[in-house]
Amino acid sequence: MAQVIMPKMGDGMTEGTILRWLKKEGDTVEIGDIIAEVETDKASVELPAEASGKLANILAKEGDTVPVGTVIAEILGEGEQPQVTTPAEPAVAAEEPAAPRGEIAVSEPEVSPTEAPARERVKASPLARRIAEEAGIDLAMVRGTGPGGRIVERDVQQFIAARQAAPRVPVAEPSPAVSPPEAAALTGGEPLSRMRRLIAERTTLTKQTVPHFYVTMDIDMTEVMALRERLNAALPEDAPKISVNDLVTKACALALARYPQVNALYQNDRVYPSSEVHIGIMVAVPGGLLAPVLRHCERKTLRQIAAETRQLVEKARSGRLASDEYTGATFSISNLGMYGVDEFIAIINPPAVAILAVGAVQKQPVALDDDTVAVRPRMKVTLSADHRALDGAVAAEFLRELKRILENPYTMIE
Amino acid sequence: MALITYREALRQALTEEMERDPNVFLLGEEIGRYQGTFRVTEGLLQRFGGMRVVDTPISESGIAGMAIGAAMIGLRPVAEFMTFSFALIAIDQIVNHAAKILYMFGGQIRVPLVFRGPAGGGAQLSAQHSHSLESWYAHIPGLKVVTPATPADAKGMLKTAIRDDNPVIFMEHAKLYSTRGEVPDGEYTIPFGSADVKRKGQDVTIITYSQPVLMALHAADKLAETEGIECEVIDLRSLQPLDMDTILASVRKTHRAVVVHEDHRNAGFGAEIAARIQEFAFDDLDAPVLRVAGADVPIPYARNLERAAFPSEEDIIRAVKRVLV
Repeated sequence: MAQVIMPKMGDGMTEGTILRWLKKEGDTVEIGDIIAEVETDKASVELPAEASGKLANILAKEGDTVPVGTVIAEILGEGEQPQVTTPAEPAVAAEEPAAPRGEIAVSEPEVSPTEAPARERVKASPLARRIAEEAGIDLAMVRGTGPGGRIVERDVQQFIAARQAAPRVPVAEPSPAVSPPEAAALTGGEPLSRMRRLIAERTTLTKQTVPHFYVTMDIDMTEVMALRERLNAALPEDAPKISVNDLVTKACALALARYPQVNALYQNDRVYPSSEVHIGIMVAVPGGLLAPVLRHCERKTLRQIAAETRQLVEKARSGRLASDEYTGATFSISNLGMYGVDEFIAIINPPAVAILAVGAVQKQPVALDDDTVAVRPRMKVTLSADHRALDGAVAAEFLRELKRILENPYTMIE
Repeated sequence: MALITYREALRQALTEEMERDPNVFLLGEEIGRYQGTFRVTEGLLQRFGGMRVVDTPISESGIAGMAIGAAMIGLRPVAEFMTFSFALIAIDQIVNHAAKILYMFGGQIRVPLVFRGPAGGGAQLSAQHSHSLESWYAHIPGLKVVTPATPADAKGMLKTAIRDDNPVIFMEHAKLYSTRGEVPDGEYTIPFGSADVKRKGQDVTIITYSQPVLMALHAADKLAETEGIECEVIDLRSLQPLDMDTILASVRKTHRAVVVHEDHRNAGFGAEIAARIQEFAFDDLDAPVLRVAGADVPIPYARNLERAAFPSEEDIIRAVKRVLV
C-alpha cells in the first residue's frame, strides 16, 4: 500500500489545493501516471503516482486545501485494504462545513442570529488549547504544524509572538463627518484565491518592512528602436521577435554587472552583492502575477534572452512553472509599457534590493542641445530600491548607466 | 561507594538481611549446592547452612506454597524462581493465596515474603523462557511489584522487600546481573513508590524500568549529542506502588512522554502509565504519549528475530523524535 501525500514543491510551500482528480477511486494506475492536479502558491502542478495499483480512499476532495505531507489518497496493491480511515482535514475546506454534528433540538431557541456558523473541529494538542485559552486566542486562526496539521505548543507560541511583534500601525481617527462604511453592509465578498492571499501577504509585509525609495529616469529610445527594427528584420520569419522588454532586460543585465550593489540580496542585516544576474520578469496571469526568473542574464545574448523570456512567460501563463523557475531572482523588471502607462513604481521583491518599473515608449517633444525641439520616442523607468542596502546616488548611477546603454544600444550586441 | 555488579548487590542485600534477622531464609531450585543458576546466592549455603538456604524440588507451586506457609507462621522467606517464566506454574499460589490471605483473614495474618528472580529475555531463551509479565502481577491487588535497574537500587530495594510485611514480586533481569554500578557503603534501604530521575532533561520524558532504563539512558545521551534533544529519564523502580507524582511533575515540564518496556505492548504496563498521564496531565500534553515495547509475538529464538521483537535504542530515539514533530 502506498500513500499519496500532498508533496512539497518548493521551499515556501506549506499547503496545496487539489484542483482536479484525474483518476477516480478504483482506477488502476501505473507509476508515473498523472493522478491529480495540485495548485501551489505559484503554479498548478501535475501529481504523478509513485506506485502502481488501484487508487483508493481519496481523502481530499477537489478544492480542498491541505498541509504538505497530508495523506490525500492511497494506492493499493493486489488484495490490499485501505488503511487511512480519517479524511484529510482540509486547512481550508472547499465548502462551508455542514451543520454541527448531532441533532439540535428543534425547540431550542437560537442563541443569537449573528452566531458564527459551526466550524470543523480544530485539531490541537491539549497544551496548545490551554495556552490559547489563557492568551485569548481563537485556535481557528492558528496554523498547525504538528502531525496531520495538529496545532501544538510552538504554533500557539509563535502566534502569540507574531501578534506581539506586529507593527502597531497608527490608525487615523475617523472624521465624524465621514463615517466609514459599515463592515456589516458589505455582503457577498469573494474570498481571496491562494495566489491573491499570497500576494496580499507578501506585498503587505514588504511595504511594511522594506524602506523603499524611488528614482526615475527618462531615456531616449530613438537608437534602440532603430536597432530593434533592424534586428527583427534580419531574423527569420518564424524566429521570436525581439521586444522592447528584451532590450531593457539585456541593458539591465549589462548595467547590473557594473553595479552589483543593485544586483544584491538583503538578508538578516547583511547585503550579498551578486555577480550572477538572475532577473525576475513580472508576468500578469489571470487573478494575479508571477515572476519567472531568467537565469544568468550576464552571459546571455539578446536573442537568447528573447527566446527564453518568451518560453517562461508562456509557462507562467499556463501555470506550468517549476518551483525553481520562479525563485532566486537578484533583480526584477515590471513592464506596463504595453498598456500605455507613462510611468509607475513597483514593490521590491525581497530578498532582492531593487526592481525596475518600465513605462511605455512614447513620442515626446524634446529640447535638443541646439535648443531646437524635436519629437523623439522616450521611455521612463523608475527604480524602487531598498534604502537599507542602497542610497540614492548609487541608484542614480545605475540608472545613468542603463540610460547610457539604451541610448548607445550597439554595445548590447557586441 | 563500591563499584559492584547487580548480582553482588543482591547477594549483599540477602546476606545483610539474613544476618540482621534470623527469620529470613532462602528457598529455590539449585540455590544452595549449585550456588544459584545466576550465581546470586553463591556462597550463602556455606555461610548460613542448609536450614536457611533450602534447595527445593523442581516444583514452583511447591516453592510458592511452602514460602506462603512459612510466612504465615512468622518467617520471612525469600523464594527464588529460576526465572519468572517458571512462576506461571505457581500463579495460583501467588494470586489466590499470597495476595489474598491478608484480606481473607480479616487482616489477622500477614504474608511477608519475597518472590525474586530474573524476568525478561534477550538471551535466546525462546518463547517460553523470555516472559516479562510484570503487568500480570501489578494487576493483582495485594502484590507489590519491584523492578530495579541498577546495583544500588537492587540492593536497597531487596532489603526493603524483605522487611515488607506483604508479598513482594521482585523482578530482576538476566541481562542486568553482570552490569556494574556504585553502591552506597553501609546500611541503606530504598522505599517503594519512589521513582528515580536517572537523567534530567526538559524536552521529552522517558518513563521506563528494569533493563530498558540502561537503553533509555544510552538513547538519551545519543539524542543529546546528535540532536540536542534533552530527555528526562525516569526509572520507576517499583510499579506497585507507582510514583505518579514524579511522572506528572516531569510531564508538566516537558509536555511529552514516551514509555518504554520490554514486555509486550498490548495491555502492557505502559498502557497504565499512558492512561494515567492523560487522566492527570491532559492539559499539559503537547503530543500523544507513545509506547516503545516488545512486539506482540511469542519471543522468537533466532537471534535476529529476537532482537527485532524487543525494543531497541533506535526505537526509543524514533519515538522521542515522533513526539517532538
